[in-house]
Amino acid sequence: MRTYLDFEKPVAELEDKIEELRQLAAKDASMTISDEVARLESKADSLLRQNYTRLTPWQKTQVARHPNRPHCLDYISQLVTDFTPLAGDRGFAEDKAIIGGLGRLNDRPIMLIGQEKGADTEGRVRHNFGMARPEGYRKAVRLMDLAEKFKLPVVTLIDTPGAYPGVGAEERGQAEAIARSTDRCLSLQTPLIAVIIGEGMSGGAIALAAGNRVIMLEHAIYSVISPEGCSSILWRSADKAKEAASAMKLTAQELLALGVIDTIIPEPIGGAHREPLQTIQQTGIVLEQALAELDGKSASEIITARREKFLAMGRQGLL
Amino acid sequence: MDNKPMNWLTRVVRPKIQAVFRMRDTGESLWDKCPACDQMIFQRDLIAALNVCPNCQHHLRLDPKTRMDSLFDGARYDWLDEPVVAADPLKFRDQKRYPERLREAKRSTGREEAMRAASGHIDNLLCVVGVQDFSFMGGSMGMAVGEMFIAAAEKARALSAPLIIFAASGGARMQEGMLSLMQMPRTTIAIQMLREAGLPYIVVLTDPTTGGVTASYAMLGDVHIAEPNALIGFAGQRVIMQTIREKLPEGFQRAETVRDKGMIDMVVHRKDIRQTLSRILRMLMNKPLLPHGERRNMNGAFTPIALAAPPRI
Repeated sequence: MRTYLDFEKPVAELEDKIEELRQLAAKDASMTISDEVARLESKADSLLRQNYTRLTPWQKTQVARHPNRPHCLDYISQLVTDFTPLAGDRGFAEDKAIIGGLGRLNDRPIMLIGQEKGADTEGRVRHNFGMARPEGYRKAVRLMDLAEKFKLPVVTLIDTPGAYPGVGAEERGQAEAIARSTDRCLSLQTPLIAVIIGEGMSGGAIALAAGNRVIMLEHAIYSVISPEGCSSILWRSADKAKEAASAMKLTAQELLALGVIDTIIPEPIGGAHREPLQTIQQTGIVLEQALAELDGKSASEIITARREKFLAMGRQGLL
Repeated sequence: MDNKPMNWLTRVVRPKIQAVFRMRDTGESLWDKCPACDQMIFQRDLIAALNVCPNCQHHLRLDPKTRMDSLFDGARYDWLDEPVVAADPLKFRDQKRYPERLREAKRSTGREEAMRAASGHIDNLLCVVGVQDFSFMGGSMGMAVGEMFIAAAEKARALSAPLIIFAASGGARMQEGMLSLMQMPRTTIAIQMLREAGLPYIVVLTDPTTGGVTASYAMLGDVHIAEPNALIGFAGQRVIMQTIREKLPEGFQRAETVRDKGMIDMVVHRKDIRQTLSRILRMLMNKPLLPHGERRNMNGAFTPIALAAPPRI
């Protein structure tokens, strides 16, 4: 069963019709449906194309959160060979909201760190909906230490509604854990490539996204706060999320223009959830390019370039 | 009202009550009400105590200038220039336009942005101090705050001086969107440069320090000091309650609890912050002891000649 978003309803109706026709034809061999199916399919396709070339920021928010959108573990299983998960922060716990481990991307050994939301109910609970606790960020710091020690590049996959807002998380220093993780990204002597694959919300995202290259999928969102959170704070009402999504400039296209991100990975028509494999393969190509660009750079070149990139943000072109 | 003890004669005059009537008559606000204990406090007493309630010791918020005056020797210091930043990079509008909100904040506070910095001497030790201003749009961190922080760190490096930041913030400046979130890595880079230069970076967390500020420069200090009862945390309490659907524990996200959980080194009364900073920085900067008579022990008293009781830690 495909999950349709509200604005995809007309497409859903067409696709239902196509399905119906096919079922009828299966029962009645004398029926010829191919012309009608082709007509409906082309209509659905053009409708989808129309929708997806001009998604509003709020629609993109829906797409970025789509339950069938490929998640961190999908990318790992398709792109990374020899993946060897590494667990635990060595202080308190293993946090499954953040997946980390050694693996190979096109044979190149890398450290992969990513946020996993979970694909079904059980998975969502196990991965805490991609909301990490301090242990997740402390594990990330540990894995970055390890990567640096053995001169491996780090690839991070960002997909989180935010760091987990719980009592225990606060008491164990959520803020400090995020700060240290951002700090570690920025002091890393090896390349760090961050890809926002779904939602990159707030401090919980930047903690893993302070990279040499920050890449976003075409319909991913990256923001200081969720549209709902912004709405309730600035409009003092929960139902202005649509307006907030537009006002905050959280789309890949807007963030590229603001100089916050470096590259956009195009998604298939209808979004990553329609053609997950194609999306993941495209991401693999862009990742490989980004890593190749940084091959052979010295530790100080890598650190300096990363710092200069972040320090330059907002200083030019906006006045 | 002055601080002279009242005798039976002055008692007869009932100066407190007179002052209340005076205030009503003239419309002058000579009294403030302590938000914690509801006691009326004579404004002059409150100012003399650096905005700490003389009755219950509640620490009210303190504006940047008074803070700077209270820290630097002879209240003498040089302000750093305020950075020029893009005024409204997102053309942001909620119920009001962002420039309008900025104008209102400037008008009501008489200040330009939510952080100011200055350089000067604390007990003869050259320091750079940044003070965040909660009354300016909740001390929120946007481009201007980030650039002020970076400028303060650069100044510290140029002067080979320590950097002290008084944090007070609701978090990121939402009206600047991702450019405000980017101040987390940007200020972190400034701290890394201080670290590489071997210069101390001390954070004083004041009420409230939350959100992206706590999750970046407020938690990356060499030493973390907090004012009593300051709210310190990452997520807002309302959000946490909605998530866990139960009551929050006693003292949750308050300075003393946050210290007991291991996130800050000490909780220090406002009147003792200057000497605490001076004592720590002189040791970290390997400076000689202050001349005899200016040394104070950890309780703020002058060092006694007799053997002191071991400190309670």
